[in-house]
Amino acid sequence: MAKVLLSGNEAIARGAYEAGVKVASAYPGTPSTEIFENLPQYKDALYAEWAPNEKVATEVAYGASIAGVRSLTAMKHVGVNVAADPIFTAAYNGVGGGFIIVSADDPSMHSSQNEQDNRHYARAAKMAMVEPSDSQECKDFMAAACEISEKFDTPVLFRTTTRVAHSKSLVELGERTEPEVPVYKRNVRKFVCTPAHAYLNHPKVEENLKALEEWACQSPLNRMEMKGTKVGVISASIAYQYAKEVFPEDTSFLKLGITNPLPMDLIKKFAAKVEKLYVIEELDPFMEEQIKAAGIDCVGKDLTTPLYEMNPERLREQIFGVKPEATQVEVSAVSRPPVLCPGCPHRGFFYTVGRHKDFVVAGDIGCYTLGAAPPLNALDSVVCMGGGFSVAMGLAKAFEATGQKDKKVFGVLGDSTFFHSGITGAVEIMYNQGNVIPVVLDNHITGMTGHQDNPGSGYSLEGEIAEALKIEDILQACGFKNVIIVDPQDLAAMEQAVKDALASQEKAAIITRRPCLLIKRMKHEIGMCHVTDSCIGCKMCLSVGCPAISVNDGQAKIDRNQCVGCTVCAQVCPMGAIEKEA
Amino acid sequence: MSVKSALLVGVGGQGAILTAKVLVNGLMQAGYDVKMSEVHGMSQRGGSVSTQVRWGEKVYSPLIGKGAADIVVAFEKMEAVRYADYLKPEGVAVINDYEIEGATVAAGLAEYPAGTLEAMEKHFACHVLNAEKIARELGSAKCMNIVLFGSMVKALKMDDIDWESVIADTVPEKFRELNLAAYKAGYEAVS
Repeated sequence: MAKVLLSGNEAIARGAYEAGVKVASAYPGTPSTEIFENLPQYKDALYAEWAPNEKVATEVAYGASIAGVRSLTAMKHVGVNVAADPIFTAAYNGVGGGFIIVSADDPSMHSSQNEQDNRHYARAAKMAMVEPSDSQECKDFMAAACEISEKFDTPVLFRTTTRVAHSKSLVELGERTEPEVPVYKRNVRKFVCTPAHAYLNHPKVEENLKALEEWACQSPLNRMEMKGTKVGVISASIAYQYAKEVFPEDTSFLKLGITNPLPMDLIKKFAAKVEKLYVIEELDPFMEEQIKAAGIDCVGKDLTTPLYEMNPERLREQIFGVKPEATQVEVSAVSRPPVLCPGCPHRGFFYTVGRHKDFVVAGDIGCYTLGAAPPLNALDSVVCMGGGFSVAMGLAKAFEATGQKDKKVFGVLGDSTFFHSGITGAVEIMYNQGNVIPVVLDNHITGMTGHQDNPGSGYSLEGEIAEALKIEDILQACGFKNVIIVDPQDLAAMEQAVKDALASQEKAAIITRRPCLLIKRMKHEIGMCHVTDSCIGCKMCLSVGCPAISVNDGQAKIDRNQCVGCTVCAQVCPMGAIEKEA
Repeated sequence: MSVKSALLVGVGGQGAILTAKVLVNGLMQAGYDVKMSEVHGMSQRGGSVSTQVRWGEKVYSPLIGKGAADIVVAFEKMEAVRYADYLKPEGVAVINDYEIEGATVAAGLAEYPAGTLEAMEKHFACHVLNAEKIARELGSAKCMNIVLFGSMVKALKMDDIDWESVIADTVPEKFRELNLAAYKAGYEAVS
């Protein structure tokens, strides 16, 4: 069969299909998102969905595993933090059908808040882990992982990184297998995690890992590539590809596909065959520390670093001291930071709250994190998905406890983040009577990850019409009697909404409602603004931070390729010099 | 042959991804092992984007670091200097003499740098063309990316592949003629 060029994520989706996965649930997060975007093409063979968050997704997938079918969940590295609770219990209980958890890590934080190394989760939860190093392995390892999961009664952490997930390489496809599904029978001893059962499960988990380690020493997923005997390299994941390129031709390799538990007997055998042993891995010395603890001498992080994404040129410099021949030219480029798009509905909200110096605004993860950037400068904190309301609550309680009465605290989330884990924050504000105005920036989509549907958008992952949950109904059910719904693009109305919420006798919340202009299935009214002769070049229009406006030679200019006619700039112009075209 | 590495850089929305797709399709047809890396995520929003393509008999890494690219194709001229340190000293640059200010410049927080082309020409073999103008004259600024691709093929002397049929197979049918003309114009535009 001819090979096709697939990204790691496309290959994982294909692998899940070929492995006979029946149920799949996930929440989007870069760099994992495209796995699930590629599952609906197999919808005749498997069920796939967007869940409200990673914990729910993991529970759904695990429930399917309990029912005896092969199941998949996928998330970015920090999503595993959200899902950790069911993952750890699943590792003790064991599985029914093969249960795969994809963790897509992000060395160099291309689009993340940290570069945590999720291989530690496999050790901490005592579950199996596989790490593919290219797209072919992304596909092939999915079936292998399902087999490992079923054979050793463990969830499998399927760990990728940005470069594995997003780079494309050639893949030979296979056929789907349909594993036999056993007749469902209740199994209380196995799937009810009482302390008494857990007490009995722990030794079983240790035994299973021991058995898997022995098996892994023979598995084709871990392979020795013997060349010379002078230098040997142990590596896994994308670091293997870099090392293959950097080390001389006569270097021997132990390429690991199963990295928890590490196949220590195999490692010992390999170490005995070579004079000098290197362990090459991105981020933490996860393998190196275990190999050293087993009494094997090796070199790793003494030369490499736990920081940032590796590449062949960095690795060559670290190992062999060969600096890349990089030429510095005399002109430097100006940065192009990400900004809210022209016509972004969030702009009006951030412009409004950013002008009040007594406002303290706890933000959240999404496009609206960009509200922190100049010139909007409208956020005090961004911590995690769904944290906007609860962090605001802590700020408010601290101000109360220290008598700082002048501070007005807002907690800000997006619609998808509200459903993800923001609702509990709303409950917290109501239950503990927080002096916080919760604000949901409802643009009807999960924007930053590339426009995935969510419980409020009215569509499912597979593109079917779905129940659209109403944010205002949920806030009202939480006790917010005064839910103010406002179009954030109308700056006067936006300002009034903020004032009304602060003055409200009843507990108030704000929903700013306007769909993202990039939602493809919607019809959007796209217009155009232009600058008239009345412009005095005061630069007030630059305060809204729109990439379509610039001021050159004392005149504002609107880029007609970018402007969508939202009029936010026109509303702040003191001269009325920006007009919307009819 | 040794592994070749190309770096396509520009601003989100300029069509660098489609160009990389044409390149990769041709290389695959010619029987090369190919790997490709795109930068995703936040950089889509008006940010600087880069796509790396590597090909040869056997390619391991999908990623290159500094000083390792055989060619940089810059869809916007400031992006050429941003990624200049990725070029090998003997590497070549194809540069679109075309300017996109970006948010920082538009907001008046920085000036668009002068002398980008001269800075590149001082250190590297450069092929400079105004692909936007060429594309517009052909009927649509949108085919600027394939104009640049034509120049890239010429610069890398990759004439052993039938690029016209690859382009015909890769782009949507209604844009076929336009893109074939764009390819030829780009090929002729550099020496």
